[in-house]
Amino acid sequence: MINYGIAILLLPLLSFIIMIFVGKKLPNRGDWLSIGSVAITFCLSLSLFIMMLFKYDPYFKVEKIFTWFNLGTLDLKIGILIDNITIIMLLVVSLVSTLVHIYSTSYMKEDSRYSRYFAFLSLFTFSMNGIILSNNLLGIYIFWELVGLSSYLLIGFWFEKESAANASKKAFLVNRVGDIGMFIGIMLFFSSIGSFLFKDLYLGVSQGMFSVDTLTIAGLCLFAGAVGKSAQFPLHIWLPDAMEGPTPVSALIHAATMVAAGVYLAFRLFPIFTPQALTIIAYVGAITAVFAAIIAITQNDIKKVLAYSTVSQLGYMILAVGVGAYTYGFFHLVTHAAFKAGLFLCSGSVIHAMHHAYHKLDDHKSDAQDMRNMGGLKDKMPVTFYSMLFCTIALSGIPFTSGFLSKDAVLAGTLAFSSQYPNHFLLSLFGFSAALFTAFYMFRLIFLTFYGKPNSKKVFDNIHESPIQMTTPLIILSSLSFFLFFTFPNFNPLSYDGWFMTLVKSKDSLVPGYLNPTAYQIKEEIGQAHNLALFLSLSVAALGIGFAFLIYYSKLISPDSIYRRLKVLHNLSFNKFFIDEILKKYLIDPFLKISKYIAIFDWDVYDKYFINGFGRITENFSKTVGNLWDYKFLDQKIIDGFGRITKFSGSKLRLIQSGKIQNYLILVLVGIIILYVFQAI
Amino acid sequence: MDFNILSWLIWTPVLGAILIVILPKNRMDLIKWIAVFFTGIQLLLSILLWFNFDNNIQGFQFMEKSPWIPAFNITYMLGVDGLSLPMVGLTALLSFLCVFVSWNIDKAPKGYFSLFLLLDAGMMGVFLSLDFFLFYIFWEVMLLPMYFLIGIWGGPNREYAAIKFFLYTLFGSVLMLIAVLALYFSSGRTFDMIELMSTAPTALSQISWWGFSGVKVVWLLLFIGFAIKVPIFPFHTWLPLAHVEAPTAISVILAGVLLKMGTYGILRINFPMIPDGTVWFAGILAFLALINIIWGGMCALAQTDLKKMVAYSSINHMGYVMLGMSAVVAAGSKYGSNIAAAELGMNGAVLQMFNHGTITAMLFILVGVVYDRAHHRDINGFGGLASKTPIYAAIVALAWFAGLGLPGLSGFISEAMTFLGAFPVYRNIVILSTIGILLNAAYFLTSYQKIFLGKLNEKYKDLPEINRREILILVPLAILVIFLGIYPTPLIDIMKTTMSEIIFRVEASELLVK
Amino acid sequence: MDLNSYLIISAILFSLGLFGVITRRNGVAVLMSIELILNAANINFIAFSRYSGMDFSGHIFSLFVIILAAAEAAVALAIILNIFNNFGSINIDDANKMSQ
Repeated sequence: MINYGIAILLLPLLSFIIMIFVGKKLPNRGDWLSIGSVAITFCLSLSLFIMMLFKYDPYFKVEKIFTWFNLGTLDLKIGILIDNITIIMLLVVSLVSTLVHIYSTSYMKEDSRYSRYFAFLSLFTFSMNGIILSNNLLGIYIFWELVGLSSYLLIGFWFEKESAANASKKAFLVNRVGDIGMFIGIMLFFSSIGSFLFKDLYLGVSQGMFSVDTLTIAGLCLFAGAVGKSAQFPLHIWLPDAMEGPTPVSALIHAATMVAAGVYLAFRLFPIFTPQALTIIAYVGAITAVFAAIIAITQNDIKKVLAYSTVSQLGYMILAVGVGAYTYGFFHLVTHAAFKAGLFLCSGSVIHAMHHAYHKLDDHKSDAQDMRNMGGLKDKMPVTFYSMLFCTIALSGIPFTSGFLSKDAVLAGTLAFSSQYPNHFLLSLFGFSAALFTAFYMFRLIFLTFYGKPNSKKVFDNIHESPIQMTTPLIILSSLSFFLFFTFPNFNPLSYDGWFMTLVKSKDSLVPGYLNPTAYQIKEEIGQAHNLALFLSLSVAALGIGFAFLIYYSKLISPDSIYRRLKVLHNLSFNKFFIDEILKKYLIDPFLKISKYIAIFDWDVYDKYFINGFGRITENFSKTVGNLWDYKFLDQKIIDGFGRITKFSGSKLRLIQSGKIQNYLILVLVGIIILYVFQAI
Repeated sequence: MDFNILSWLIWTPVLGAILIVILPKNRMDLIKWIAVFFTGIQLLLSILLWFNFDNNIQGFQFMEKSPWIPAFNITYMLGVDGLSLPMVGLTALLSFLCVFVSWNIDKAPKGYFSLFLLLDAGMMGVFLSLDFFLFYIFWEVMLLPMYFLIGIWGGPNREYAAIKFFLYTLFGSVLMLIAVLALYFSSGRTFDMIELMSTAPTALSQISWWGFSGVKVVWLLLFIGFAIKVPIFPFHTWLPLAHVEAPTAISVILAGVLLKMGTYGILRINFPMIPDGTVWFAGILAFLALINIIWGGMCALAQTDLKKMVAYSSINHMGYVMLGMSAVVAAGSKYGSNIAAAELGMNGAVLQMFNHGTITAMLFILVGVVYDRAHHRDINGFGGLASKTPIYAAIVALAWFAGLGLPGLSGFISEAMTFLGAFPVYRNIVILSTIGILLNAAYFLTSYQKIFLGKLNEKYKDLPEINRREILILVPLAILVIFLGIYPTPLIDIMKTTMSEIIFRVEASELLVK
Repeated sequence: MDLNSYLIISAILFSLGLFGVITRRNGVAVLMSIELILNAANINFIAFSRYSGMDFSGHIFSLFVIILAAAEAAVALAIILNIFNNFGSINIDDANKMSQ
């Protein structure tokens, strides 16, 4: 079992290493190698999955712990954990990854860095599997950053575009902000427990090694990592920009798997979150869900709509964790992975077709991603259309789809929470309004893209359905949004009780002194809230679809008239609430400016005047001492003074030396007389 | 033992230097190959030493001791332990590689390579000597070749940089000399470091000068001497200047080895000999580490000169070393006898010294590569080079990501260890220091984007790709960076016994008792 | 007659001689004055010899002095003769070639 895990982890790494060095020289530029490795990973995950289904044990768990290094007293342990959650996640990742690989063979065919692209995909698959398989916080952090790296490399894959280069940098840095919080959280836990393992963490928390405040702060710090990676408000800004990467990458990394890692982490850590932390988490999720959905309404770029939709859905999942319905959050993660990846791949198919049409017409200015340039593609690209429609239905939460089940469950959770704590009614309000907006913007997308009149006849004539490598993944992913895949062996399309809910069991909170109502009571409440939630979510979905139909299909209401009436709101939504601009103006630019000042201070003031000042003082001092004191006084006055005295006295005394012997005799005589006189005295 | 491997390590390059000096000027190739040969022998010797080193023995190994100036009790005493061995390996490796880095030096190669070998010997001597006097001699010996290497083979502003480097470092050395003499006279007239480690702690605590306690004064004197080398804020400004002006190979040595001498000195001398001072100063050390990290990072972020950016990144990275070192006090009962934290911090610090040595060497070599081709280092003056020179861009990406502490590469694990170690004692400082992680990413990614991404700057459409020699220089470093990032155990195994010993000595300080 | 009378005569003689040596410019006169000094010494020798027991050492000293004075006079006169030949004068201040 553990060997499966190790193989799943290392195969993509091996493929990455081979591809990055010799990929270009391999036949077919090496794509088969990446696809092969990820396909094997998929098969292994599938066999694990089947085994899980046969065992049907909710408490199944295999763990293997290694010592990474030893520092004398401290053993740093890391390891691999395989339980049902791991297996489901592995299956999701490897499935989407395999499909995206296959899709990419066609989508990226003409790219000159084809093999490098596949190498990066392999790197991503490796790191993502690492997050899933890690049984410890450090391991998660390591792979957390590595998925960040592969995301950086893939967003900036077309680095010649300035916008792509910017987006990749932004993604990495914004993620790092979250990662810092996560690292602080890890340090808080490690400094008390001395281990990174989830096991020890749970044990430590349940033994009450932390005060509630510490636990809240530490939990929120760890959650900051999830905020970054899962693009929650206010760190969501990187995800829409990340759409600069190739569309299959957006499908794999920025819709289905990597961005869900934050939710996965929150899911794993749920038992250690305190109620205070969970409340904040719930609000972050709820705000993100509704906020991103509002932005998605007015975007014209097909990928941007999907990106904000992803942010919004991730908000749902976080909201579910926050209100305690976290197994439903995880459920939504899995269902969302399938249909959102499907949606992105469909949009990729559309963009691909548009791009080719423009290419053929030698038009390099028009935007192949702008929905206003599309229209009426339904008949030209039937496979894409029907796949996308089905995924859209799933995302909007219409019965018979997986999306209906998971979304309904999450909404029921929020409803249950709000009925438990009525002062948190905003949570369910946000949840339902986000559902309304979701249905609206998704159908707006469908109507704008596939219905109506084509924007340009010439372009329209050149649109063709995508090749089979691209359409097959679409079909697979959209069909996976069928409810039965998740409810088996339960055939009721309105109830989510199936293998999933049986095998993914919610854990109780481990925070001492705190009987977790969200785990026990909410569960019962959810049962009661279910019908109400069902009714409400269906009505808001219908409402959203209805509006979209009226505005964009039958055109009974002109979008312009709404725009005129809600100009302020429209502007806010269209400009993404100016978050980027605000952050840039009030955070990034001042910081860069401060850095610049510090650097100038360091180099031109501190070094030049202070440090060199010492030199200059010494120099001036030396000059003073050397010149004034040493030369002018000591040398010139004292030392030379002796000479001058000697010279002067010599010049006077030499007069005695007349050379006349009689003078000398007089002197002798005088001398004798003096001596005589002195002696006499 | 008949074969004095440590002496050979030190004197081999000296032999090479002498040989080069007596060669005629025009035998350029021969001069280079002699340098290769002697540094190569040194590298082989250090590998030999590495494999014969016994990880489990406490104290020093391969000791050599013979009287030198008996009148003052000065001996020629060498030895190696878990702290110096990684540094010896690093010195030997970087010296060997730097001979190849300097392959294209055509201005007086005879002088260059002989001075280079002399420098090599000096560095080796610093790491291996166990006699304080000998240590000081080597410390000074290394200074002189450095002065000429910067002053003659440097950039346009080289004389200024060289004299500044020289005076600055000399200033520190003088303070250190005072401390050396203070230790000598206070602890029974000996320069023997091993003896000093046991006698100095008590001897110093009984001394005070004009009301200042001997412990603090001597600690500070030594610290300033070493801090200038590290360099620790506010003694750091010589570094960017010296780096910018120095030729590539000398920058590599400067950042890769010389900076480590500062922290090595603190760990070898300050920590075990003056534990009271260490405990007294640890908090300030952690604070200085924070300033180094943030200040260095912010300065790096604002630079437009690539080499200066890398130089400031060194200041930033050395901050992590100090942060880890300050964690040593965690072992005291005052801080809950958290020996694991102290171990994490100290091992992390030495690991970071080694890792920074390899990473920064890569960074400087890579900067040198582009400078050789484009003749400038202005970050804003390039653009889109990745499409022209993909291999170079890939290696730079590796080095840059190692520099910003990407997990899986060596920089991460040591930085994480220093953070984890210091966290229990200096929680707020560590939390603030984590901003450094973001700063690292910001300046490395920004510079990478400006140089390699975006549209290709037309000026450089004929820029030649990195050549085979340069790749071969970088490969060993890259392998080390990746290997130690995944599996740091071999290095940690070497140093952990020594680190535990230092922790034990510091822990013995009365100031740490609750 | 007592000793003092001899000594006074001798002193007067010495003073005259000294005066002559210092003041006279004529070389021969200087020589003559030196003779006076020497003879003053001779008187002293003999007087002390006479009054301090009758040994002949004083007399013998006087004889030596007279002989030396004669030899000295001979040499000095030869020098003065040479000075006269060289400088055309026996004035000793003119013989200042060494100081120039």
